[in-house]
Amino acid sequence: MSLALAVGLQALTGVAMLLIISLGLAVIFGMMRVINLAHGEFLMLGGYSAILAVRHGVNIWVAMLVVAPLIVGLLGALVERLVIRRLYGRMVDTMLATWGLSLALIGVVSMIFGNTVGGFSAPLGSVDVGGFYTSAYSLFLVPAASVMVGAVWLVLRRTKFGLLARGTMQNPEMASALGVATERVYAVTFAAGAALSGLAGGLIAPLSGVVPTMGTAYIAKAFITVITGGAAMLAGTLSASVLLGAVGVLATFLTTPVLGEVVLLAVAIILVRLLPHGITGRFFRRAL
Amino acid sequence: MSLSRRNALRSVAAASATLAAPAIFRHAALGADPITVVGIHDASGGLDIYGQPMIACLDFAVDEVNAGGGLLGREIKLINYDPQSNIQLYTQFATQAATSDHAAVVHGGITSASREAIRPILRRYKTLYFYNTQYEGGVCDRNCFCTGSTPAQNVESLVPYIMKKWGKKVYIVAADYNYGQITSKWLTKYTRDGGGDVVAVDFFPLNVTDFGPTIQKIQQAKPDMVISALVGGAHVSFYRQWAAAGMKSRIPMASTTFGGGNESLLLSPEEGDGIVVAFSYFQEVDNPANKAFLEKFHAKLGAKAPYLGGELAMRTYTGFNLWAAGVRKAGSIDRMKVIEALETGIGVDGPPGRTVLDGKTNHVSLDVYFAEVQNHGFKILEHFANRPPADTASVCDLAAHPNTDKQFVVDVKI
Repeated sequence: MSLALAVGLQALTGVAMLLIISLGLAVIFGMMRVINLAHGEFLMLGGYSAILAVRHGVNIWVAMLVVAPLIVGLLGALVERLVIRRLYGRMVDTMLATWGLSLALIGVVSMIFGNTVGGFSAPLGSVDVGGFYTSAYSLFLVPAASVMVGAVWLVLRRTKFGLLARGTMQNPEMASALGVATERVYAVTFAAGAALSGLAGGLIAPLSGVVPTMGTAYIAKAFITVITGGAAMLAGTLSASVLLGAVGVLATFLTTPVLGEVVLLAVAIILVRLLPHGITGRFFRRAL
Repeated sequence: MSLSRRNALRSVAAASATLAAPAIFRHAALGADPITVVGIHDASGGLDIYGQPMIACLDFAVDEVNAGGGLLGREIKLINYDPQSNIQLYTQFATQAATSDHAAVVHGGITSASREAIRPILRRYKTLYFYNTQYEGGVCDRNCFCTGSTPAQNVESLVPYIMKKWGKKVYIVAADYNYGQITSKWLTKYTRDGGGDVVAVDFFPLNVTDFGPTIQKIQQAKPDMVISALVGGAHVSFYRQWAAAGMKSRIPMASTTFGGGNESLLLSPEEGDGIVVAFSYFQEVDNPANKAFLEKFHAKLGAKAPYLGGELAMRTYTGFNLWAAGVRKAGSIDRMKVIEALETGIGVDGPPGRTVLDGKTNHVSLDVYFAEVQNHGFKILEHFANRPPADTASVCDLAAHPNTDKQFVVDVKI
């Protein structure tokens, strides 16, 4: 029984992890149809920001929850202004540009910091769940992910900017004709997506450690989650995270880590085959 | 003075001639054409934590030989290729080294996967190959010299040592490619030989970063210890998550790979301290040769000097010097002559102790050290001198069968 509880908690943190690493990508892709191949590097930069802040004496929570999203958000604004803005509506070109950006960021970070940066340990220690020890910090990811999703939902549903953003997402020409500064909406959305990625990087840094190439380990999973989720950005990412995260953890636990990865990918492939428009192409269609 | 274009050009030409003179004279002093040596190590990508220190040591070794007058009176020209942790680039660079650079020798390959990608290419093009990494053993190929330690040298003595210390139930976690697969077989064999029991073996693809479910599984199995053969930057997360779950103080851990690169620097002392490992060298090894080497190494590279950690970088240094000793003995860089000279059982003394080539297997006898991670570095626990490559020797005899070209795998049922 306690084992079931421990595995259940593990599945929950698996889901939260997937949600955290995918949300920034989902916002940028869902709102702007920009496929950001530098998403993994945004995570990486979030991790680096957090680590460097901690080294300079900043409180670990402030470093992860404030510094990381702030810095990567600013970088996102810069990238939007310099690169993305010139390529709206040209999906393949933005893919190429962001892929180049991803390589450049890995190179620059390796050049500045080298490939070895000592990380910081996860705070909060460990908890005993019926004889099974789990990192308390990884459990903290569950409320963290909930707050992130809740915040995005609130902004989109309850603020004026959210309304304009949703309008722009649905029909940019019409929004523009009605006087919405769509360029500004895109810029803010991209920066916000980047900030979410930065926050994710800060949050995963103590669990994964930070190296310049860490993005490559996460980007595939983030993409699979967003694509499986489908058109509705929040509902899609949420449902795909729940499904894939839980399946991945349970399969890893019941079989082997290799099969766990295989099962996760197989489920994603089958889902996309059966529901070409993602989960939200069929279910929760009217959700956000 | 008027600065006409002609004057300016003349002075630039004169200046560059003056600047270039030492190089030209040195070159002339060392004879006409340099000897080309190629290094193929990952300087970027996930494996750069191993590659960069290896490249630094190869550079250092080449400079040392050049400063001492070169080899056979000729300068050594080192070409370093960066395969970016990508196997395809390994095959491309190996082909280039053999066919267009006409390398006298290729040093390189980090993972066993990369070695098996380039070994056949270099054999086909008759280009001598040195693989200077700790690996799973069993390669039997006259063209390929493996100068790192193998399971019979490190694991065979490490397993009984930790079983005596911690208990008999072992849980193995390993990287999912030939190194991890074969090493876990050796681990299983030595555990059983010592009367122990392997409760489970788990393999992980190199990009796995979430070890939560496995950590629960390990707790369910309640082993006396965990042995890790995990590889690369992503797998470092395992040690972090293990410590974060509070398991470090509950179940001890040993590893066949930890510290081969810079893993000990990536982890905080609370996360890493206490992991027991076995390699044929640690930067902390205390002997006069190592002290002298480190002094020179740090004087040359200054703040850029990488931490040498476990053996990979030092084996690259030693491997190059073994090859150089072979060339000196052969009096030629001709491949067969060098191979024959090396196979006479050539040895070099160096920071890790004495390394002697075994002509039957093209592997080496070397010293092995046990150490415990301590505050980003290692505390040496034990030292065993002169351990032979008994695993490969039990299956490979190049003296009797010089045309063998395969990697033998120990047969252990798991």
